[in-house]
Amino acid sequence: MNQPDALGPLVQNDNSPVFDEGWQAQVLALAFNLVERGQFTSVEWSEALGAELEKSKQRGEPDNSQSYYQAVLTALEGLLDAKKSQHIELIDERTEAWREAYLRTPHGKPVEL
Amino acid sequence: MTEHDSDHIAHIHDDLHSHLPDEPALRAKALESLLVEKGMIDSAAVDAWVDAYSEDIGPRNGGRIVARSWTNPDFKARLLENASEAIKELELEQGHLMARENTEDTHHLIVCTLCSCYPMGLLGMAPTWYKMAAYRSRAVRDPRGVLEEFGVEVSESTRVRVWDSTAELRYLVLPQRPAGTDGWDEERLASLVTRNSMIGTHRDLSDRVASAN
Repeated sequence: MNQPDALGPLVQNDNSPVFDEGWQAQVLALAFNLVERGQFTSVEWSEALGAELEKSKQRGEPDNSQSYYQAVLTALEGLLDAKKSQHIELIDERTEAWREAYLRTPHGKPVEL
Repeated sequence: MTEHDSDHIAHIHDDLHSHLPDEPALRAKALESLLVEKGMIDSAAVDAWVDAYSEDIGPRNGGRIVARSWTNPDFKARLLENASEAIKELELEQGHLMARENTEDTHHLIVCTLCSCYPMGLLGMAPTWYKMAAYRSRAVRDPRGVLEEFGVEVSESTRVRVWDSTAELRYLVLPQRPAGTDGWDEERLASLVTRNSMIGTHRDLSDRVASAN
């Protein structure tokens, strides 16, 4: 029963770290802070995330925390877009700007836009 | 160019520049910087949240509630009647909350079938499995199978009840007080209470008593 290979898929994750990568904490923090500040309601958030998780499942993506947090990010972008937050249209451009900033910044220096 | 050469060149490239984060990390960064610029979010509040939950504040607040309910029958009655109000006595807050008490003949299990609604203020971050589609669907379809996977034994005569958390209503399971804890104070009792016992994927806390002694 306690042999690792005997454990089912749920229990295998029982002691997994809460976040595998920093951005996962960051997107969840953004979502919770936006709810707290009334930018959207917790019901809107829950429905948006639920819909993205369902799409991820329909696409056959792996049932793991990477897909979960990807759904969090997509739900967040989608919700802001639906709220007609004009700046969200800039997200592709801003993502590229950060990518370029990383590529031009020498190793060990702070990355700035 | 062989695959080995291209890998090597990619490695050198990585060394010359700051490590380039992958796409979701870049998008998260872009999103945060835009939201901060527009005044929709306070980056200090985001950082504070990340600091608190990355360290995983854990289930200790939930444990305090359970321990109080074990030692104070009046509190337990108030908790079962209106949990959101009752937990204010412990200076805790958690929106609309309902407590469900495990007994000899009933076992409660919490899930969020839609996404991952969870009383974070009481239990810390939800475990990975709580967010998985496998748990969200199986907890409803086959709760006994899920409990078995977690090593929880419930007899055939024990009723298993599954509660679906939503954005507006969260649940907390009150596990049974294990034997051999007479006279323990609340703090010591709280240390016995596991996160999973308050979700319902752990039932018998007596295994924790020996290690706490």
